[in-house]
Amino acid sequence: MTDAGGPVIPNFGEGSSCVVRNRVFCVDWVRDNWHGTLEPALLQHLKLTGIAVAIGFGIALVTALVAYRARRLEGPIGLVSDFLYTIPSLALFQLLVPLTGLTVTTVEVALVAYTLLILHRNTLEGLRGVPEEVREAARGMGMTPLQTFVRVDLPLAVPPIVAGLRIATVSTISIATVAAFVIPEGLGRPIFVALSSNLFKTEIIAAGALAIGLALAADAALLVVQRALTPWARKRRPA
Amino acid sequence: MSEAAEIVFDRVTKRYAGRERAAVQSLSLTIPAGEICILVGPSGAGKTTAMKMVNRLVELDEGDITIDGVSVRDHDPAELRRGIGYVIQQVGLFPHMTIADNVGTVPRLLGWPRARTRARVEELIELVGLERADGRRYPSQLSGGQRQRVGLARALAADPPLLLMDEPFGALDPITREHLQNELLRMHEEVRKTVIFVTHDVDEAIKLGDRIAILREGGVLAQYDTPERILASPADDFVARFVGGDRALKRLALRRLADVELEPPDGLPRAALTAPAPTTLRDALSMMLGAGVDRIVVVGDDGEPLGILSVDRVATLLAAR
Repeated sequence: MTDAGGPVIPNFGEGSSCVVRNRVFCVDWVRDNWHGTLEPALLQHLKLTGIAVAIGFGIALVTALVAYRARRLEGPIGLVSDFLYTIPSLALFQLLVPLTGLTVTTVEVALVAYTLLILHRNTLEGLRGVPEEVREAARGMGMTPLQTFVRVDLPLAVPPIVAGLRIATVSTISIATVAAFVIPEGLGRPIFVALSSNLFKTEIIAAGALAIGLALAADAALLVVQRALTPWARKRRPA
Repeated sequence: MSEAAEIVFDRVTKRYAGRERAAVQSLSLTIPAGEICILVGPSGAGKTTAMKMVNRLVELDEGDITIDGVSVRDHDPAELRRGIGYVIQQVGLFPHMTIADNVGTVPRLLGWPRARTRARVEELIELVGLERADGRRYPSQLSGGQRQRVGLARALAADPPLLLMDEPFGALDPITREHLQNELLRMHEEVRKTVIFVTHDVDEAIKLGDRIAILREGGVLAQYDTPERILASPADDFVARFVGGDRALKRLALRRLADVELEPPDGLPRAALTAPAPTTLRDALSMMLGAGVDRIVVVGDDGEPLGILSVDRVATLLAAR
């Protein structure tokens, strides 16, 4: 591994007998390479995903608001985000390399592009879902358009928005493994290294399991955030 | 803010783009401070439009509306609305806020200190007949009637001199509706705001209104008067049809036995029909007709006879204008 602790895998002779025989899963290898390989990859992966979802959400908030305010722009905006979503991720990374090089920017641009469809759609749906009478009441009480947006529209749109963030985050965690084609970062990196090292099983499984675990943990964390933000959504009149 | 405001519509006209007919046509009326004015009429008569021009949810095209002599055009719309209570049929409570936060909406917009807002919210929750503990609940946990009480409390929060109510009880079941109508009248006795109240229900108009403005299609004012005078002398056929063929009975419903001059309770017939003094003339007449008698004994709280009302006397009362 170029960036994380030297060439451990190519030479099976230096590992334990489990590693040498390339058994299905060697706990000792994971223990020995946690700090050098897996942990940095996990943190890089989390960072790549976090930045992509944050930027994607920022953009989607604007596009959803524009589409909501100016209905005739809804079609074009939807078309662009649909189109971006249909490009195969590997192809998109390759298309971007001539423009932005083998950089984090390339990776982030691609990842953001994939978050847009779901985040835009869900944010727009959330804004649409605010009942007309609630908005009229807000106006009638003397809220300015900005106050209505911040105090009424946005909080009420939280459930679909967070639902979108959950899907976008989980799918970005999955797609971000492909980023290793462009930069030596993220959980895709150990997987690529293992693939090119006679299919070193332990490393593939460990990195894959971390990606799955990260996705599940992020999903659960966002669910907790949603519940904290929407105590009203679960209150119902006792029958 | 003042207790109540005088509202003047001065030749107010509103045309919506693409519609040939005006929604409101040269409407002029004066609503004295502290009175309940009902805007009533069939659909398409522009009653909601007329009301929404007061808080500029709809902008007027011609003429002017003044609140205590100041044109609504001289205010910033958002600031104008913070000074006017607003209640709508679908209530429009903010689902993500507690009842207390809903009620405190306008005080917060006006930047009241927290303690003052909190005290005012508690006062209002009690005024509209809810429990103090309800303040911590969310709108989804309340019944339709309770929600409209909250809507009313929210509109009254900043003590506005004027209240606009757009068919506030239209979506409620008849029993809840009557209950809230009575509550509104009770509250109006306590806090004499000027109220503009839109409804298409002529009975509701007669029951609640100090004055009624009857609008016909195209937003033309057909008659503006007290319920008694509208029922006694409708301005034209449209008004007569609108208030209904039973308008004589509706007039009787406006008066109570305690308010009319009775014959002295001499020579009472045995086992006579009796009615307590707060009974309406309409109900008393119904009791007489139902029992097949032509007179009824009016009794006070202590059961002592106060006087006698006869069917003939009812007819005389109706004939007197």
